[in-house]
Amino acid sequence: MSFHPEMRYESGMHVSQRELRPDGEPFAFTPANRDRLEQIATHYPAEHRRSAVIPALYIVQEQQGYVSAPAIRHVAEVIGCTPAEVDDVVTYYAMFFRQPVGKYVVQVCRTLSCALRGAERVTAEISKTLGVSVGETDPTGTFTLMEMECLGACDRAPVVMVNNEHWHECQAPEDAGRLLESLKASGEAALTGCHLEVERD
Amino acid sequence: MDPVLTSHVREPRGATLDAYVGRGGYEGLRKALGLAPAQVIDMVKASGLRGRGGAGFPTGMKWQFVPKDSPRPKYLCCNADESEPGTFKDHVLMERNPHLLFEGCLIGCYAIGAKVAYIYIRGEFSHVQRVLEAEIEAARAKGYLGKNIFGSGFDCEIYAHRGAGAYEAGEESALLESLEGKRAQPRLRPPFPAVVGLYGCPTAINNVETLCNVPLILTNGPEWFASLGPEKNGGPKLYCISGHVEKPGVYETSMHVTIRELIDKYGGGIRGGRTLKAVIPGGSSTPVILPDQIDAQASFDGLVKAGSMLGSAAIIVMDDTTCMVWLAENLMHFYRHESCGKCTPCREGTDWLLKILRRIERGEGTMRDIDLLADVASNIGGKTLCPFGDAAVAPVLSTILHFRAEYEAHVREGRCTCPADWRAM
Repeated sequence: MSFHPEMRYESGMHVSQRELRPDGEPFAFTPANRDRLEQIATHYPAEHRRSAVIPALYIVQEQQGYVSAPAIRHVAEVIGCTPAEVDDVVTYYAMFFRQPVGKYVVQVCRTLSCALRGAERVTAEISKTLGVSVGETDPTGTFTLMEMECLGACDRAPVVMVNNEHWHECQAPEDAGRLLESLKASGEAALTGCHLEVERD
Repeated sequence: MDPVLTSHVREPRGATLDAYVGRGGYEGLRKALGLAPAQVIDMVKASGLRGRGGAGFPTGMKWQFVPKDSPRPKYLCCNADESEPGTFKDHVLMERNPHLLFEGCLIGCYAIGAKVAYIYIRGEFSHVQRVLEAEIEAARAKGYLGKNIFGSGFDCEIYAHRGAGAYEAGEESALLESLEGKRAQPRLRPPFPAVVGLYGCPTAINNVETLCNVPLILTNGPEWFASLGPEKNGGPKLYCISGHVEKPGVYETSMHVTIRELIDKYGGGIRGGRTLKAVIPGGSSTPVILPDQIDAQASFDGLVKAGSMLGSAAIIVMDDTTCMVWLAENLMHFYRHESCGKCTPCREGTDWLLKILRRIERGEGTMRDIDLLADVASNIGGKTLCPFGDAAVAPVLSTILHFRAEYEAHVREGRCTCPADWRAM
């Protein structure tokens, strides 16, 4: 029974979709990363170290590419909170990967301003070139295709972000396949970056 | 009006401390430190500065709500989450004029009695974080922040804190939750953040553009600021123009400007000489307006009169190739994805709305579905802890209001009646 008389839930809707993932390799911060985290933790009052959970998870992701269950437990121990509290954060925010991803995570903005300039076609082109659907990684483990919601660079639409960090602006849909080739050949140098950042030099 | 916030953003190395001090930077702070905190608040109140994040609430009043006599530490949080679809103005200020923001933060901290300011940047802005952190270090090295600023006895630190991808973190109480290392979900109010905010302490939360205006008020005076725009809508304003225009971008002018001028004069007109179909004037959460309404003044009050809102001044322009059912579906996908899940009407309702919109857009809907949309929407708007619910239903309700015939045509013809070539069909 749904809350609205005319909206029926699909079968299986009430079945929890949560899967217990395999535990993965043991995890600990490298000494350098641990020092970085402790430096960041000084930004917050000592009794509110939990504020450093998101920065800690970024460091985890930098170190091992995604956030595994052992990493969640390690962060909880280092921060001084429960693993459930860290898991709560990991499962909420869009930028944490909960399973291994390809070398380049290609994230296409799909929200209105980019969509009006052809973002749907950018995604379709990349999907066709790689032979994968949104959310999947190609068989070689090089590319993961994802869609993102508004990246905040609507004047340079359509925008593609790679690995949560590197921007690529004004992507013409018909050239999206070529972007993958140049990414493979020259890495992040293939990307335009943010146009404001480029102006600095 | 000549730009004042963005006058130097295109200059090479214009973002550095030396360049900023060279053009008279940090003079507003020096002036503020010579005044009593209450006098600073009075100046901001006299200027009529209204919050640039979306709500347009008077900034001076917000600061006055922070209790002076609280024994607890106080905080200033700068909302740099900038996630409203169509908005990309704060990003320009932070990257190209970061010291203006720092100066605004420092003046704000002095006014409310805070010793720490956090700038909460959205997760996708890692390049902005790098700029801010480098410039914070530069300012600290020269004594513009840290201990005993300008020998006044005022201590203040600024930290850049980066989120991790959540639209809801731009809602002020959810921002505080996120900054505390939790899920970005809104809090029940009252108590308001001014009294019980970050770590349970009194907190002022202001948008980037709002804080960037504060040093200008100190240096040029509240009368100058108010005189830049129409009554109660003073000061410079950044507009983000995107979508089907020739020259999308961030443009600074006064709030005397109309939506038509912004599209034609600043945005270079509709792309490819096509005709205008609809405009979202203040970010995806504000109702769409029609071509016959674009002579409305693009001010807080002018757009309310036109039945919409200035919001974050994100103007998204749609030409005649745009399907309005598709538009509602696109934005509903956004809201369904970003609903934080705390309130049932929003969490469940956005999912239902998306499913219904999707079937209408695919030509599988019925006439009753159109009324069903309105019915579900009426159970979300006004029934959630934060304004997200109202925002989520605005695109659906305003497109049904103005373009009902288009919805009906989808149902009647069993297909999308406006398939543009820029879409993947």
